[in-house]
Amino acid sequence: MEQKYVKHKYEPILPKQAEWPVVKLARERKEFVKKVADESEKRVLKSTGDDPEILKEELETTLYREKLRIKQNPWAVDPDDEADFWREVKSSLLQLSTGPKLESGKKFKEYKKILNRISKRYSEEIASNFKATHYKFTRSMVTYGFSRLLNAARVKGFKSIFSNQYTLQDKIQITGETDQLRDLATKGTIVMVPTHFSNLDSILIGWIISVLGLPPFIYGAGLNLFNISIFAYFMNALGAYKVDRRKKNLLYLETLKTYSKEAIQFGCHSLFFPGGTRSRSGKIEERLKLGLLSTAIEAQRTNYQNGKFDVSGKIFVVPVTINYHFVLEAPSLIRDHLSITGQERYYKENDEFSTSYKISKFLVKFFTKGSDISVSIGRAMDVLGNFVDENGRSIDKKGRVIHTRDYFVSDGKISEDQQREEEYTNRLGLRIVEEFHKINRVFSSHLVAFTAFELIQMKNKKLDLFDLIRLPEEEIHISYDEFKSACQMVLDEILNLKSHGMINTAPHMSLPMDELIDDGLKNVGMYHAKRPLLKGQDDNLITEDMSLLYFYHNRLTGYGLEKLFK
Amino acid sequence: MDSKSFSNNDSKPIGVVGAGSFGAAVALMLAKKERVIIYARKESTVHEINSSHTLNGKEIPKNISATLEPKELCEACDLLFFMIPSSGFQEVTRSFAPFLFPYHVIIHGTKGLCLNLPAGTGLNTVHRMKRSQIMTMSEVILEETVVVRVGCLAGPNLSKELRQGQPAATVIASKFNEVILEGQRLLRSDKFQVYGNSDIIGVELSGVLKNIIAIAAGALAGLGLGENAKGLLISRGMVEMIHLGNALGGSIKSVMGLAGIGDLVTTCNSVHSRNYTVGYRLAKGETLTEIVNDMEEVAEGINTVQIIKAFLESSDLRAPITENLYKVLFEDLPIGDALQFLMKYPFSVDVDFV
Repeated sequence: MEQKYVKHKYEPILPKQAEWPVVKLARERKEFVKKVADESEKRVLKSTGDDPEILKEELETTLYREKLRIKQNPWAVDPDDEADFWREVKSSLLQLSTGPKLESGKKFKEYKKILNRISKRYSEEIASNFKATHYKFTRSMVTYGFSRLLNAARVKGFKSIFSNQYTLQDKIQITGETDQLRDLATKGTIVMVPTHFSNLDSILIGWIISVLGLPPFIYGAGLNLFNISIFAYFMNALGAYKVDRRKKNLLYLETLKTYSKEAIQFGCHSLFFPGGTRSRSGKIEERLKLGLLSTAIEAQRTNYQNGKFDVSGKIFVVPVTINYHFVLEAPSLIRDHLSITGQERYYKENDEFSTSYKISKFLVKFFTKGSDISVSIGRAMDVLGNFVDENGRSIDKKGRVIHTRDYFVSDGKISEDQQREEEYTNRLGLRIVEEFHKINRVFSSHLVAFTAFELIQMKNKKLDLFDLIRLPEEEIHISYDEFKSACQMVLDEILNLKSHGMINTAPHMSLPMDELIDDGLKNVGMYHAKRPLLKGQDDNLITEDMSLLYFYHNRLTGYGLEKLFK
Repeated sequence: MDSKSFSNNDSKPIGVVGAGSFGAAVALMLAKKERVIIYARKESTVHEINSSHTLNGKEIPKNISATLEPKELCEACDLLFFMIPSSGFQEVTRSFAPFLFPYHVIIHGTKGLCLNLPAGTGLNTVHRMKRSQIMTMSEVILEETVVVRVGCLAGPNLSKELRQGQPAATVIASKFNEVILEGQRLLRSDKFQVYGNSDIIGVELSGVLKNIIAIAAGALAGLGLGENAKGLLISRGMVEMIHLGNALGGSIKSVMGLAGIGDLVTTCNSVHSRNYTVGYRLAKGETLTEIVNDMEEVAEGINTVQIIKAFLESSDLRAPITENLYKVLFEDLPIGDALQFLMKYPFSVDVDFV
């Protein structure tokens, strides 16, 4: 029996748009950008220890890297005046070092001026261009457009295009702690941390937030997505601020972190992809990028320092997993992953979501063929990874109410300690990964891909991963009976883990094994030109692309299931 | 001891859990800087401290008081030193847990391991152990309480010498700088140097694993062997500690430091060491049961050998000294045979860990 997924209709928690924190932020954009610039300037100065020489070095490094980036890796989205701006910075720096001797205090002031200009520019560049009207339009367009496509594909016959039998919620199931999330969003500030497999995630999460009746979240989206005008429009409308992964200099990173921290303190619900970038291997993120995560902890501490001890100043971290049968970018992601780990060639960020044509083609395929997506919302935690109750109070492992502020107390006072907060960030990162694994929902396609790859690996014990992936496809076949019993073995263990709350499964996992395997085979990487796993002649299982099979297999690593095949 | 140096009456007292020899030595050092409250389980000990300002008949400063109540200690103090043997560690920590909050800081000084096994099972029933089933004391604290700012105290610190005020040093390890700094502030003196280390697991394991080698050192002495043999044992023992420590999640560097080699050399030369004594008496022909029965305080090494043996069963690692010591302790292998085996063992490479 397949359990039915119940569609909920969620009323907006803040009906008045003017009350949305993100709208308030947009209204005060100018002041906010300035605040971020000033604040990040202070942070940079602090990290240089107010030493003019170190500051000079940082500025020069930044200049050098920026010039290199402009030359080697220009993007369409880059502003036209970029080269001019950095030329000016260069001449200012040059003047200071070769020009007439200034006394050191004055010189320092001049360096600070340059720092100020760069911070301002970065801050302006990062800031989102949220417009409430665009948001509403985009939202209705996405919902309308998607449901038209969906119904056209599923409901047969004339007029199908106007049918409302299916909505996007049939395609994308939302499960987990949705009510808690909605409730806490009215009380405190939410930081949502989803897994990241596909560029589609950004839009998907934006849509989910709106379906749940939540006001828009702000989030950092890779600047590369803004290269494509249609994505740029979506992103701006959904409240995205820009993260440029090409810029790795201290000044930029500090500005980015400050932006995130200030926005959280402002009360804007935020979204980070804590993996930093899409998971290249197809594994659930094991190590998180802690940069942005640390801003949640900093913002929490600052709120306490400012005397906000009640729930309105509290920050809730909500892990979310997004589960697909299919990841559009899988072939290039896994290629990247293999080349990085195999160190065969230098790795450069490239993009298959490169043209609007490809995206539309994907969307049409996506809606016309049955491939479902499920989104699991995890339990909310405080910034130290303790679960919280319905009033937003932190609960320890023994069920006792504790105060998050106590974590920032030393000698009876709330204090700022960067090293301590780094450690807390590590802890939070580990907790999030732990929750990801628990709320992850296993699909039939994950099961078949995992089982098939492990069987192939078991039969070729002597080969390392790279040789295994280069194995000629003709040499790989698994008999159906063997495959079926192995699938059952893996499923049993998954269900065992599930009974301990270590993993979750999609409703379709309760199908009889033969049907489950069919479903998995039908769905695993279904839109790829080369299918990772399918039935060949005589019911044997074959693969057309080992590395893709590896990619989809990886979704179930990290649970110790590999041991079943030893 | 004078009492004018603790002028700061505003600051909270420091808690010391456990009134054994090491706990008492640490309490005395702390009392030079701050007020100290000792938690003890024996009512007579608490009474002795509070009414006559003595501990086991020896005079102690007046700014040390004592309590029987975990609650009282936790409310009075933000910083607690846990100085209890590993056998009682989980139980005591659990009794403190309801009164501990995230603002508390705990530094422990226990050189032993605990187990994280399902109820009803123990060392006698589980013969293969994974890393996740073995816990260092800091892991016990993190598991049982909400305290996250945890540190450990390790190094060559024989209580007797500390009480005499002889020069010595210790390591405070913690992932949190503030814990290290606070520990240094409290313990450092003209006669006592305090080093910091961020690899808390590595430091804890160093202190734990050296106890195995200490038993072996005692055994060598009991057999009447000389300094060459001891040099051999210490250097091979160190290699074993490094490999085991690494496999259990510590860094090589920590074993090379004060808590590792420093403590190893001290313990292997000390007739006062309980672990050393166990080995010595074994070699003289006594059985383990006889020895354990008439020792006052626990020799952590015995328990450690058993746990590490079980861990080795689940890993690919070889640790010849530990394995043979296990056979001597629990399988009646004559100590001479064990020594013969070690002498024939193909240790072909001197240093294979750097």
